[in-house]
Amino acid sequence: MGAFVLRRLIQAIIVMVSVAFIAFLLFQYVGDPVVFLLGQDATPEQIRQLRADLGLDQPFFVQFWHFLINAAQGEFGLSLRQGAKVSRLLGERFPATFELALVAAVLALIVGVPMGVYAALKRGSFMSQMFMTLSLLGVSLPTFLIGILLILVFSVWLGWLPSFGRGETVQFGWWSSGLFTVDGWLHMILPAITLAIFQLTLIMRLVRAEMLEVLRTDYIKFARARGLTDRAINFGHALKNTLVPVLTITGLQLGGLIAFAIITETVFQWPGMGLLFIQAVTFADVPVMAAYLCLIALIFVVINLIVDMLYVVVDPRLRVAPGGH
Amino acid sequence: MKAQKTLLSVSVASALLALSLGAAAQTVRIANQGDALSLDPHSLNESLQLSVDSNAYEALVGWNKKLEMVPMLATSWKQMSPTVWRFELRKGVQFHDGTPFTADDVVFTMGRIAADGSDMKAYSNDVKETRKIDSHTVEIETKTPLPILPQILSQVYVMSKKWCEENNAVRPVDRRKGVENTASFKTNGTGPFHVRERQPGVRTVFVRNPRYWGKVEGNVQEVVFTPIANPATRVAALLSGEIDVMEPVPVQDIARVNANANTRVLAGPELRTIFLGMDQKRDELLYSSVKGKNPFKDKRVRQAFYQAIDIDSIKRVVMRGASRPTALMVGPGINGWTDAQDKRLPFDVDAAKKLMAEAGYAEGFEVSMNCPNDRYVNDAQICQAVAANLSRINVKINLQAETKGTYFPKILRRDTSFYMLGWTPSTYDSHNALNALMRCPDDKTGSGQFNLGSYCNPKLDELTVKLGAETDQAKRNAMIKEAFQIHIDEVGHLPLHQQTLAWGVSKKVELTQLADNYMPFKWITLKK
Repeated sequence: MGAFVLRRLIQAIIVMVSVAFIAFLLFQYVGDPVVFLLGQDATPEQIRQLRADLGLDQPFFVQFWHFLINAAQGEFGLSLRQGAKVSRLLGERFPATFELALVAAVLALIVGVPMGVYAALKRGSFMSQMFMTLSLLGVSLPTFLIGILLILVFSVWLGWLPSFGRGETVQFGWWSSGLFTVDGWLHMILPAITLAIFQLTLIMRLVRAEMLEVLRTDYIKFARARGLTDRAINFGHALKNTLVPVLTITGLQLGGLIAFAIITETVFQWPGMGLLFIQAVTFADVPVMAAYLCLIALIFVVINLIVDMLYVVVDPRLRVAPGGH
Repeated sequence: MKAQKTLLSVSVASALLALSLGAAAQTVRIANQGDALSLDPHSLNESLQLSVDSNAYEALVGWNKKLEMVPMLATSWKQMSPTVWRFELRKGVQFHDGTPFTADDVVFTMGRIAADGSDMKAYSNDVKETRKIDSHTVEIETKTPLPILPQILSQVYVMSKKWCEENNAVRPVDRRKGVENTASFKTNGTGPFHVRERQPGVRTVFVRNPRYWGKVEGNVQEVVFTPIANPATRVAALLSGEIDVMEPVPVQDIARVNANANTRVLAGPELRTIFLGMDQKRDELLYSSVKGKNPFKDKRVRQAFYQAIDIDSIKRVVMRGASRPTALMVGPGINGWTDAQDKRLPFDVDAAKKLMAEAGYAEGFEVSMNCPNDRYVNDAQICQAVAANLSRINVKINLQAETKGTYFPKILRRDTSFYMLGWTPSTYDSHNALNALMRCPDDKTGSGQFNLGSYCNPKLDELTVKLGAETDQAKRNAMIKEAFQIHIDEVGHLPLHQQTLAWGVSKKVELTQLADNYMPFKWITLKK
């Protein structure tokens, strides 16, 4: 187990460095932040000076090297635009994104799984046809459109729910949480639904397909022959075996939810990391972009690592034999 | 049981109602497409940040509702000699923390904007020295005679020397060492409001400053400022009553906001002028089908382009009425603008074709046009319309629209043949536009830095230098007029329009819209 984890950690570091390298390559094309910083009345000398101060006049590999050295110490420098520490900015924004992704994942699970089960058991019924059609819509409608539609209906027409922001939050140390106030939950509903819809339909379709697969297997037939109740067969045996791949996918998708919350956050002005990233892109704020991409890569790597380790725990065949046998 | 439940919900509802009413009587919620990136008034030379900061900080000189100069922290000023100005400072003014405001703070501020890490250095370029005469008098000496020094100082917000020294805020921000400064997150100015709560990018809460020296006209006690970047969300939040004021309203939503019973659009001309520029320096254009010569060097071609642009259709279709076509490179509200000169050459395709034929381009030519697509209102669409207009005089435009982050570095390298730019003179004076946009480019003096097509006329150059030091206002304005006329006669640029400001405002709010797009909270009133 120790060797396995070590090997995966080394791989993880390679992934992180590669992400940083590719990100840095791309940054050469996002533009020049200096133009925005000094405004229209700065002299050419002042522009040159600032560019030198920021190290932007140095060759690509020198800039990348400095970045790596600092990043290894957890130091991502100052945001060019905001003049605040990148680590502070990301720290302020992470809880919002994480809570949103978590609520969306839970929502997708508790709605998606029953819908999938229903669609598998009552195949061909009117409701299952409805679910399947809706899920097609959910997969194909772009997130920003869903978000805007929800805002139009629930905020502008009905006036039930707020259209932007996170509402009232409670502070626990550096972690700000919107999960402990009514206002926070009201603000959470629309963005969470928007973010969850794609995952929800994915889970529903996956559960349905797996369920249909399992229902055809011999042990289900045998269970029926034994005269077990439908309830015991469907939920005790079939669903249980369906859930292993579903949980794996959901775990991996949590990383995706965090990374792809960008669009939902933009539509709802949700003060998370995605919004920070979008704003950084428009102003070529390289330190923020680099740190964000590295953090996302780290999240993916960690989740993958956990999933891999769980597999090892679950499936004895994957364990590295201590030798001699 | 049921009755109880109803009673409960009624009382909860009325409690909520009372709460919201109680808050509404004092609080205005404002949304903008962006946030002040830092509260430090010297860390970024950008109008939104300066506008937000102007509620907490003040300069020596300010502007009234008609954009006329008025005394702020200085009660009076006079020119002692062509290069020396003396400012009498207001007495009895206190910063938010109670420290009295004195000449030391002015001297400190002038040093701070010139220091490393300041993005407001441009405002100190011409200042040689700031001297304290006594506790409430300062003298500012400029390198050359500078009649518009007070205008320049209107953007320089005064900070407290004592507070900055005690709070590690002597320098605006030091990006090299990665050091933050307290002033990025807190304010301590002399303005009518101070910041009670600050969550960057989320919300900033301003409350009235009880120590304020002046009289505040509006009745607003608290302002909650929220950035909402997505235009559709911003409109939705206004329509649903979650916010009271927002800007800007996207042009396609103006009718919708006006149609809503509780909201209206407050529109007015902005100071920014949008125009097109052409490379008039190179002997061969970088991106054109014409080889061996530069068609833009020929005034007839420039004029043909001008007259081929159907500015009224652009106003009607692209801008949905929200623009003011212009013939000048500055708009109303800028000193030096005159109605008499602001008459466009007529839109006339036949005349344009004739000019092209005379210049030897009856068959037209191909040229690339560079445009931003996220900087000005409908910028890329304007360029598309211009391209369509020019096709009628057989000019084929290869349009390259891109994000501002890559657009500006490119055109600032002058890597363009035909481009779009918008300009607001930061001094509210035509000299700034003449100097930056129309003078011959010179890297040493910084003149013509945004004259990206290198239009150059020695007479205009000479006039601009002379009027920069002319203290007689009438003579000065005559020189501005003369310089503008040279530029008009030569068709140095193709002016398009001034954008219209569009603020979405709840009907219960009264406020003042300034042409420089500043929103002073002190002029906001909530109706009962």
